[in-house]
Amino acid sequence: MKASSIELRNLSKRYGNVAAIHDISFTVAAGTLLTLLGPSGCGKTTTLRLIAGLEPPSSGTVLIGGVDVTQTPASERDVSMVFQSYALFPHMNVIENVGYGLSVAQIPKAQVHDKAHAALAAVGLTGFDARLPSELSGGQQQRVAVARALVLEPSVLLFDEPLSNLDARLRRQMREDIRDLQRRLSLTVVYVTHDQAEAMAVSDRIIVMNQATIAQQGSPRELYEHPHDIFVAAFMGDANRVRGTLRRVDERMGELEIGPLSLEIEHRGLPQGTVDVAIRPEAVEIGAPNGKGLPGTVRKATYVGGMMEYTIATELGELFVVNLAVDRPLAPGSVVSLTLAAHGVVPIATS
Amino acid sequence: MIRKYGAIALWLCVGAAGFLIVPWYALPGSVLSLDWLRDFATGDSAPAIVQAWRYGRTWLLPIGALLAAGCTLLAPRFDRSLLAHALLALGGIGFLYTLAQGFLIGSQAASLQGLATGGQQGMGLGATLALTSFAMLFAVGLAGRGYFGGDAFIAGSVVAIVASTAIFTLFPVLRIMVSAFDDANGLISIAAFLDRLLQQKVWGLGCLTGAARCGVAWNTLILALLTAGGTTTLGLAFALLVTRTRFRFKKLLRALAILPIITPPFVIGLGLILLFGRSGLVNHGLEWAFGIEPSRWLYGLPGLLLAQWLSFTPIAFLVLIGVVEAVSPSMEEAAQTLRASRWRTFIDVSLPLMRPGLANAFLIGFIESISDFGNPIVLGGNFSVLATEVFFSVVGAQLDQGRAAALGILLLAFALAAFFAQRVVLGRRDYTALSGKGDSGLPAPLPEPARKLCYALAMPWIVLTVTLYAMTFLGSFVEQWGRNYAPTLNHYARAFGVEIGPQGGLIWVGSAWNSLWTTVKLSALAAPLTAALGLLTAYILTRQRFRGRTALEFGTMLSFAIPGTVIGVSYILAFNVPPIEMTGTALILIACNVFRNMPVGVRAGMASMAQIDASLDEASATLGAGRFTTLRRIVLPLLKPAVAAALVYSFVRAATTVSAIVFLVSAEYEWATTYIINRVTNGDYGVAIAYSTVLIVLMLVAIWLIHSAIGERRLGRRDGVVRMGMAELGPAA
Ligand SMILES: Nc1ncnc2c1ncn2[C@@H]1O[C@H](COP(=O)(O)OP(=O)(O)O)[C@@H](O)[C@H]1O
Ligand SMILES: [Mg+2]
Repeated sequence: MKASSIELRNLSKRYGNVAAIHDISFTVAAGTLLTLLGPSGCGKTTTLRLIAGLEPPSSGTVLIGGVDVTQTPASERDVSMVFQSYALFPHMNVIENVGYGLSVAQIPKAQVHDKAHAALAAVGLTGFDARLPSELSGGQQQRVAVARALVLEPSVLLFDEPLSNLDARLRRQMREDIRDLQRRLSLTVVYVTHDQAEAMAVSDRIIVMNQATIAQQGSPRELYEHPHDIFVAAFMGDANRVRGTLRRVDERMGELEIGPLSLEIEHRGLPQGTVDVAIRPEAVEIGAPNGKGLPGTVRKATYVGGMMEYTIATELGELFVVNLAVDRPLAPGSVVSLTLAAHGVVPIATS
Repeated sequence: MIRKYGAIALWLCVGAAGFLIVPWYALPGSVLSLDWLRDFATGDSAPAIVQAWRYGRTWLLPIGALLAAGCTLLAPRFDRSLLAHALLALGGIGFLYTLAQGFLIGSQAASLQGLATGGQQGMGLGATLALTSFAMLFAVGLAGRGYFGGDAFIAGSVVAIVASTAIFTLFPVLRIMVSAFDDANGLISIAAFLDRLLQQKVWGLGCLTGAARCGVAWNTLILALLTAGGTTTLGLAFALLVTRTRFRFKKLLRALAILPIITPPFVIGLGLILLFGRSGLVNHGLEWAFGIEPSRWLYGLPGLLLAQWLSFTPIAFLVLIGVVEAVSPSMEEAAQTLRASRWRTFIDVSLPLMRPGLANAFLIGFIESISDFGNPIVLGGNFSVLATEVFFSVVGAQLDQGRAAALGILLLAFALAAFFAQRVVLGRRDYTALSGKGDSGLPAPLPEPARKLCYALAMPWIVLTVTLYAMTFLGSFVEQWGRNYAPTLNHYARAFGVEIGPQGGLIWVGSAWNSLWTTVKLSALAAPLTAALGLLTAYILTRQRFRGRTALEFGTMLSFAIPGTVIGVSYILAFNVPPIEMTGTALILIACNVFRNMPVGVRAGMASMAQIDASLDEASATLGAGRFTTLRRIVLPLLKPAVAAALVYSFVRAATTVSAIVFLVSAEYEWATTYIINRVTNGDYGVAIAYSTVLIVLMLVAIWLIHSAIGERRLGRRDGVVRMGMAELGPAA
């Protein structure tokens, strides 16, 4: 397969007065999986549709494999897409659906059949040829949609929230399957989701989008550990947002004061003074009240299996905390003392 | 890019064929007979090039020059945008010039002195090909400029739809306006128009004082309002009966509701004559039993009103059944949990939710009534309405086209007023959003008094309808209704007799064969054209975003409201002189049916398209299929129910139409319905009802044939049934 790179240059799309996306630029290296992550309505689908050529951009350029395809209609781009609704043709059975793109390209029948079979085998759906889409489960439909897109050996494959219609268990399995397939065939994939965990699991790179623009891009680890702003921090794992003060900055480390607490952290180039601080729920350690630490009172306690979720009122505001000590749950009203683990505390320039 | 050159070359060839080979002007006979090949290149059947060369019609030369210039565009040295601009210019200028020379240089030699010495006939095949070629080159240019997503197929379709609608709907309507304002000297004059319109015969109120008859305008309005009110009430009653009660004859009611839609519009009138007419059963019975003089009450407003109630209630019923079903039961259940009684729930919740449906049913009833020609001509007596008055102005002793045009405009104004009034009444409130998806729950049963009222309205209607159809059927098998009830097959023999000729071949001696063949043949030709044009328009309106889309949609909605009478008159006014001379041909009958029924196809198509998710089209596009392939392989198979419905309706409506066709038939091309009406006006009821019976049976057979030819759409076990907006469509008028 001949995977191609994708490059978007200053891409914008307006619907009337609404900017669905505004001045978006990024590149996807050939053979890698990039995820567009962001809350609903931030412009992910629009970006994908512009890459596919389903709509013309208001301004900007789309390059695929280094060639400007901005004016090329969808049917002539070497791009396949897996739709959120799957968009299987309801009047065609599984094999006809998968073979459709090949038959449109006027490839001989026998060859269409063989290739379609191979694609179905690749997604683990051998023996379903004659079923109609309405006779398949959600997960099977999803696989047919993937096979249909794969069979054309496109240089770019697009997924629009492909797992959002599946139940939690199937989601996990399908996302691993998609990632395997992508690695095995070294496909160039742009993957859209609003689920942070899903994005972390499948991506080489992630672009977090917010309100029609790119908030930050990077590897999953970079985004998680070094969010540029509080939006990204909050979106990548439910971070609590509090105010703090950088007291002393060395070459690399600094002393961060949060209320009564003080800890050594990487200052990431921030100057001394007031900063925003993102605190991961799992970075908060709960201890018995002892005069040191940050005093707090448990407001809510929820058992979610495997861990406890607490909402704890403190002088910094309410903090959302997860804790693995399920054997010794705290009742609402308990008075506690909190400390922070440095790896889950990220200072961010105040906005 | 290669493909685009292919398209340019193709359309240039079509244009060249039109200019160089086939007859430019319309021939007296059919161009399909190929007689023109015999005297090719001489006289009337010569192509344009010869017309210009030998017969001095030099004004045709620029057309050839433009086509020749087009060929230079095929040289690949032009860049994309220049090529597109050149095509736009070439196509646009060519199209407009070809039309303009046709309009400016009529058959009179003197129209443009010095230039046009010979005059010219109406446009023929050659001119049509040239026009098509220019229009399509223009479309390729549009696509090249990036309109319609750069897709030449879509651009071509839009241009074709707009151009053909302009020629066959807009132009005739404009033409009728001109005629209405035309004074005796060929000048436009408002006085002439007002003079025609403001006559005592039109607006007189003599009937109020009892001194004279009222004007036709009042007659038409009163009849239409009463009819629409009645059909809406009855339709609602039936819809409630079928959905909200345990009415025993639900199936019968639904079956009966289909009948008036597939029968010619005057059959009910005929049946009423057999029952209540002067020598009808009832009058005979009364005279025999009580010695009461036969009365003539049927011929006039009461009879007409009865006939239209019977004819048009089914459409209201079919519209309202969908509306009543759409009222979400959970809404009514919510009202009841708020302590509203059944009656209050019905009045406060259910009825207001049905308001848009009721307004729609009323509008349809109103337009059906003012468009109806069959019943007034059969039953009207001295009570004349606009539809018949227009007709007699044209064909009667008066022969006053200006008057016909003026009255036609009045009729059109009524229809459009109703159309806009409905929009105002409905306002901008969106009721559909109120009926949430996935609602369940039981529909509230009807309050007792309402249920009784519905029964009381439905039963007489059912009994009367069954009686009327039974009598029409029986009446065709007796000597003479009212005088001699001896059984006979005479009427069928006279109409549809077949004899074995001396040489053994069949001789179609029956007097009805000619009109029957014409009707079936031309309807069968018109139906697929109507369906194709309508569904294509629907596809483009629902799936394409382009400037002018709303205008196009509004235009098709509007043309749905144009009464058939207006179309008929405007067609004879527009198409009896060059450049488009079609009166007396089969072509005008086909065109009339296609463009009159096309909005039906558009509606059916749009309703179905709304249920096909646009992501299917997009998936097809990302898999490499162009718009045309997507249309053929994805959309069309999914539209099967709509295709069948559109075919059925355009065929049935074409075959049973009266109001427009009655102006356009000729001795050679006679229509079944006009033939029947002629028999009725001659008092020959036997043949008329025999023929009507045959027509009804024929329609049933045709519907069955179309459905079995199209086949089912298989989508597996979870497929929801797509309900066609049959109700939206209504019968022919
Ligand atoms: N066809 C459209 N017409 C008007 N607005 C649209 C259209 N499609 C998307 N939008 C708007 O553009 C924004 C981005 O939409 P979308 O790309 O679908 O978001 P996402 O996929 O991230 O949820 C939204 O505000 C949406 O309302
Ligand atoms: Mg989306």
